[in-house]
Amino acid sequence: MSKKIESAYIEGAKKAIASPTLQKSLDNIQDRFGKGAMQLWKELEDQGMRDRVKESRMRTLAHLDIILMELAQKVRKRGGKVFFARTAEEAVAYTLEVAQKNQVKSVVKGKSMTSMEIDIDPALEKAGIEVVETDLGEYIIQLAGDTPSHIIAPCIHMDRHDIGKLFTDKLGIEPTTDPPELTMAARKALREKLLSADMGITGCNLACAETGQIALVSNEGNIRMSTTMPRIHLALMGMERVTATTDEQRETLQLLTRGAALQKLSTYVSFNGGPKKEGDPDGPEEFHLVIIDNGRSKILADLEFRESLACIRCGACLNICPVYGKIGGHAYNSTYPGPIGAVITPLLDGVNKHADLCKGETLCGACLDVCPVKNDLPRMLSALRYKLAYGDNRWNVRQHNVKEAYVYAAWQKAISHSSAYRRMIKTARLLQKPFIGKNNMIKKMAGLASGWTDDRDLPPIAQRTFSEIWDEKYAKRQQQTPAIKEETNNEK
Amino acid sequence: MAGKKVSLFVQCLVDSMFPQAAEAMVSIFQRLQIDFDYPTQQTCCGQPAFNSGYRKDATVAARRFIEIFENEAVIVCPSGSCVHMVRHHYPELFADDPEMLARAKTVGSKTFEFTQYLVDELNLSNIGAEFPGKVTYHDSCHLSRGLQINSQPRTLLRHIKGLEFIEMKDSDTCCGFGGTFAINYPDISTAMVDEKIENILASGAEVVTGCDISCLMNIQGRLSRREENVKVMHIAELLASTAGGQS
Ligand code: SF4
Repeated sequence: MSKKIESAYIEGAKKAIASPTLQKSLDNIQDRFGKGAMQLWKELEDQGMRDRVKESRMRTLAHLDIILMELAQKVRKRGGKVFFARTAEEAVAYTLEVAQKNQVKSVVKGKSMTSMEIDIDPALEKAGIEVVETDLGEYIIQLAGDTPSHIIAPCIHMDRHDIGKLFTDKLGIEPTTDPPELTMAARKALREKLLSADMGITGCNLACAETGQIALVSNEGNIRMSTTMPRIHLALMGMERVTATTDEQRETLQLLTRGAALQKLSTYVSFNGGPKKEGDPDGPEEFHLVIIDNGRSKILADLEFRESLACIRCGACLNICPVYGKIGGHAYNSTYPGPIGAVITPLLDGVNKHADLCKGETLCGACLDVCPVKNDLPRMLSALRYKLAYGDNRWNVRQHNVKEAYVYAAWQKAISHSSAYRRMIKTARLLQKPFIGKNNMIKKMAGLASGWTDDRDLPPIAQRTFSEIWDEKYAKRQQQTPAIKEETNNEK
Repeated sequence: MAGKKVSLFVQCLVDSMFPQAAEAMVSIFQRLQIDFDYPTQQTCCGQPAFNSGYRKDATVAARRFIEIFENEAVIVCPSGSCVHMVRHHYPELFADDPEMLARAKTVGSKTFEFTQYLVDELNLSNIGAEFPGKVTYHDSCHLSRGLQINSQPRTLLRHIKGLEFIEMKDSDTCCGFGGTFAINYPDISTAMVDEKIENILASGAEVVTGCDISCLMNIQGRLSRREENVKVMHIAELLASTAGGQS
């Protein structure tokens, strides 16, 4: 606390705040989608829907082992292959094995955050396999050698001028900033890739154990093509992204598209269930479902954080969070930014390592209100801070800030005795005198709270505190109201 | 209103830095002929420690608060976030201690934010205040989202004679205070409070008010640094104003 934290989070935040392009895009996306989602929930005819889906998500998580076994059985019955990956490394190794066994030379990807989480691209590229993102936003990010800054809208930190320049550089098109022209250029380049790819790698929005199908929602159609055109389709799925029944899958998807893009239904909803059968006009020859743990079962086992696995990755919490609205996605240094990222990144990748994500929000609660499944992210952030405050064995957390811990231990002593507390306030009142400047405000503080006065003034401690005023002015008049006292006593 | 009595729970920041807000609240109770008491043992409800994760330290504050206030009939506080702390976080702190949990819940159920008490408990909307000027209102997060108190302050403001109430854009967006957040992450916090200030300025109001001094202190601190000409007042100060100034 006394030394200002200068971290990647803060550096990233500063950079984002200084970028007018990003600030404008963040304003736009939040104004439209964040507020839009809040409005949508208010107007939702079926007001029980969110609670119902939440309940089904939590119930599914409670029986996840059984439901995943059921899913695996059904997928296998449809001719698909299922692999349970304990770690990112196992998932990557399996994917690579499938690719190599099938002499895959090129892979097209349909937007998958899980693929980023396990960092599959470098492994494939190292094996000499070309990897092309087909979601327009992800494609732009890939061309730019950048990372996504939003889970639904990966390139919101770029505007059409950035993209125009990028396309001229990388695709050799005539300079333009016209969105339809740019989209056409990408479409042309991507079509070629889609037609010639040997393997499609996608994520999985929501699998269904009852049918053994995975559902993918999209608006461009490229994700769907990645699943049907190449010889092999491999879907990477976080192990929590499953429902038991088709009814639950349908309702949950309806919340997903609403939360993500205010749509009752996305342009495409694909259900993929295994390789093509005889007589099918298209579809892959092989279908693989990789069900990935990579730290999730530890979250599942801790009831305090299990709720975070109810997330359906709609991104609505990013679209409403006032902190994300200023710092964008890159500052989080994680595949998953925003409020949901601030909770699951530390849990998946180390609480101390991502301490800034636990502490760098105001706990304003907007994310809880906008979340289609009402995930109580502020509660979980607060629980993570508790672990950082004193250390925690279960999550292998070291005490984060010894100095801060001392400050609160001293604070605790101070507030425990009102007379000592009041003396402390009096002393502070004397000490602050030299710092009081123009319009009776403190302009500069040293040590502990200096961060406050970097950009803000602080009102000084009052000449008379309320408790002093009370003693002087009001305390004595209390004895004069016996009649009233009696009556309140009766009320008790 | 004779016969009623409230116990004043004065947020630590109000006590030491904004005593005028508590005095205003007292003067309103006097005007309404509601008796009041101020347990002088009180210090801080523990919210700063809780929000920073220091729950063991916060628990000490919570236990103290419960001991001091549990025999009071009605507890009224001019700060939404402190009431939220008592109502919602005290039960979390004592989740594993059934006896304290029950006591925490009892105290929570009779702890009210000031405007909530006036409007919901006393059914008041016009308390005879008069204040000439254009006023806008900031919804503090724990007050509006945590306690669902949105309409109560607005009802009271709309009934102040001479006051022109103007809604600002995004009144319920966080001001960027967040306790130690503002100290540890000043760049982010400042960007947030600047947006709040732009919305306040765009509203054309001369005064910005609210029900939580923490947020108001943040807004005031930034307004002052930017040398903007907007006054910050706690809602109790506006409600205490009468034709002859503050009563
Ligand atoms: S936490 Fe909720 S709002 Fe955020 S991405 Fe997940 S489902 Fe959407």
